[in-house]
Amino acid sequence: MSAPTYDLGTLHGGLRLPGHKADSTRSAILDIPVPSQLILPITQHVGDPAQPIVGIGERVLKGQLIAESEGTLGAPVHASSSGKVIAIEPWPVSRRYGDTAPCIVIECDGKDEAIARADAPPNFTRLEAPDVLRKILQGGIVGLGGAVFPTAQKLMQARTCEIDHLLLNGVECESYISCDDMLMRERAGEIISGAQILMHALQIDVCFLVVESDKPDAIQKLGDVLGEISDDRIVLKQVPTIYPSGGEDQLVQLVTNREVPSGGLPSDVGCLVQNVGTAAAIHSWVIDNEPLISRVTTITGDGVANPINVRARIGTTIADIIEITGGYTDKAQQLIIGGPMTGKSVSTDRVPLVKATNCVLVMSETPAIGPELPCIRCGDCASVCPVQLLPQQLFWYACADDEKKLRDFGLMDCIECGCCDLVCPSHIPLTADFRVAKGRIRELADEKARAARARLRFEARNDRLEREETERASELSEQKESAKKAGPSAIAEILKRKKKKHEEDK
Amino acid sequence: MEFQRREAPFLAPQVGVSSIMLQVLAAMVPAAMAHVWYFGPGFLFNLLVAAFFASAGEAMMLSLRSRRPETGLTDYSALVTAALLAFALPSLTPWWVTATGALFAVVVAKHLYGGLGFNIFNPAMAGYVVILVAFPMHLNLWVAPSMGDLDYQHLTILQTLKFTLTGSLPDAIAVDAISRATPLDVMKSGLNNARTVAEIRSIPIMGDFGGRGWEWIGNFLAFGGFWLLIKKIIRWQIPVGVGIGLLLPATIMYMVEPGSHASPGFHLFGGATILCAFFIATDPVTAATSPRGRLIYGIGIGFLIYCIRRWGSYADGVAFAVLLMNMAVPAIDYLTRPHIIGHSEGRGRSGGTVD
Repeated sequence: MSAPTYDLGTLHGGLRLPGHKADSTRSAILDIPVPSQLILPITQHVGDPAQPIVGIGERVLKGQLIAESEGTLGAPVHASSSGKVIAIEPWPVSRRYGDTAPCIVIECDGKDEAIARADAPPNFTRLEAPDVLRKILQGGIVGLGGAVFPTAQKLMQARTCEIDHLLLNGVECESYISCDDMLMRERAGEIISGAQILMHALQIDVCFLVVESDKPDAIQKLGDVLGEISDDRIVLKQVPTIYPSGGEDQLVQLVTNREVPSGGLPSDVGCLVQNVGTAAAIHSWVIDNEPLISRVTTITGDGVANPINVRARIGTTIADIIEITGGYTDKAQQLIIGGPMTGKSVSTDRVPLVKATNCVLVMSETPAIGPELPCIRCGDCASVCPVQLLPQQLFWYACADDEKKLRDFGLMDCIECGCCDLVCPSHIPLTADFRVAKGRIRELADEKARAARARLRFEARNDRLEREETERASELSEQKESAKKAGPSAIAEILKRKKKKHEEDK
Repeated sequence: MEFQRREAPFLAPQVGVSSIMLQVLAAMVPAAMAHVWYFGPGFLFNLLVAAFFASAGEAMMLSLRSRRPETGLTDYSALVTAALLAFALPSLTPWWVTATGALFAVVVAKHLYGGLGFNIFNPAMAGYVVILVAFPMHLNLWVAPSMGDLDYQHLTILQTLKFTLTGSLPDAIAVDAISRATPLDVMKSGLNNARTVAEIRSIPIMGDFGGRGWEWIGNFLAFGGFWLLIKKIIRWQIPVGVGIGLLLPATIMYMVEPGSHASPGFHLFGGATILCAFFIATDPVTAATSPRGRLIYGIGIGFLIYCIRRWGSYADGVAFAVLLMNMAVPAIDYLTRPHIIGHSEGRGRSGGTVD
């Protein structure tokens, strides 16, 4: 096997979090059977919602396209199993913390009948790069690390830049989450095959496969596969276990020592980052012709009886999955979709598993931590901030609602990782405050833009009215001039004509 | 099943203000014991008086400001202020002197600026300076350190208590019989009277480095300070900065003219240097917050301490140095902002190197 290599950049700050990963990695990934009902939100990605192309009562097959992507950014949705569309209606979704959004509801017939497809080409390298991109676009594939950015569009954007590195993100730095770890252990070959497809699509020769040091089994397995296929374009890199080194920009900095510019993308510094799960999904679609209709997710926390990783069809409700894995314990007080640092707390387990769902964390109430105290300016928040912000100053300006200072001190660069919250001795919910402040700044910017547009419209209207006024005036004076030139008889003629017209109008 | 919604992150914070303050207090315990050992039980009476008035002031101000007094009192910050004040005062201090300092520290220096987290000046040092200005004669009454071989009279617990309560000594005991000028005073007046450092150092009270008793309290404070460093309650930049700022000029002057300048060791272990470096200057509220800023802040304090000791009219300069640098904190913080990731020049594609 190829040995992990260590030459790395550095990440400022960060935290060593308690892992809590051992419980969910004890047994192999469990396949969840097809449920009786699938709930498929039409928005499971960044961008515009997909448009349903099936009608109520229509029978659909596994893998069939049921909602098409429209607009410039989006991803299609496929039926995860065969059955009948029984409704297109609002349903609670995790993206909206348990509030509802439009979903296609399929009643499964249990046959799990797949749609017939033309055979995939025996070797993807025979395809032209743009054809590979088109294929990925059709597979409904999005970033499975949780950000769900449509993969095809990310690749297309990257092709317009000079990309020299593909980074495959197997860092998985948040506590509790272990789906990528288990996927790397069980499907290392598919991940590496996905990486090869990505490199072909991007026409580049360097891929770093980055894994955190707390996943020795995954590193071993990936190393073995790399040794077998002897593709020396792919280099396995081990990084220290520090949260949040798996953030896209943080990973780029850590592995290549390049800084992603503020407001920019990794492609601005020649990098493209993809999650290992996304690579495996690309393999499934390009090689095995299966679109993104299932994913691995971690079911964990002290609120579930059996922490485990499962592979479930997209659209299976969290309630169904948890029932099959063994149900809740009496400590189930919070349902968090995602990790404990950046996840979303949702109000009901009726929400379906979607493409973004990398973890279902059910846990007891976060221990009461006493009242929020004034900031004592200890600066611990600044020392853990991976972006080198000064949260203590930002907090100060957020309280004062000082938009200019907030921008000056880099609020918009905050990645909302939550490190500052965990070290704050005054228990100030900094991340939540920053989220609110960011929202307000965006609103202000929108408002300003709207006001600017309105002003332009207003000024244009004034200009037009003025122009019309002067035009009318000059026309009138021209008429007067010409009438004067023609003499009094002509004027009388005109007046008579006008009078006649006036009477006619009556 | 239905659940409660919360805001991320969902992991509980790892530390609290009260535990930080309690650890700071704990780190001072060995030095407090040394203080009692060398200078008698007066330290404890001062501590009690200061703690009582600081807490009462805190509670009063919080209720005047319509805050809940419990939360302010259970963060223990008033007790830390009281302890710092007690360390700064001679063991024989009448209660009204201590009370004035403690009340000024908490009521004026802390709460009139907005309470914990909003005060610009270190409360303990502001309180100390008020005492220094209002009751200068009381700060000269340092009893001689008890070292066995020094032939001074020592007060009993009751006599000490009586002094704390009434400010007067038993008739049979003269002030001169129990008190001595502090080593820093001796050094200052000795140098002013054109004596050489070597001559001054031969006086028994001077001890090995910075004065009998004081140097051992300093050792124990340093011990507590290192413990705080290990526990990451304080960061290294301020103590190291104070050391550099004080020792660099002290060493240079000592090397140039050893006859008329005290040694760096004397400056380090004498007076309140170590208390300042680990416990006073490190008060997070009134110190600079960025790592570079803290180093500059520490160096500034150390340098000012040296200047005041060497050229000022006061024997020690810790309180003034800290208050002066407190004023400089907003400027230091502004000028030492770290660069935000993504905003730096030349760290893009060409800046980074890949193997």
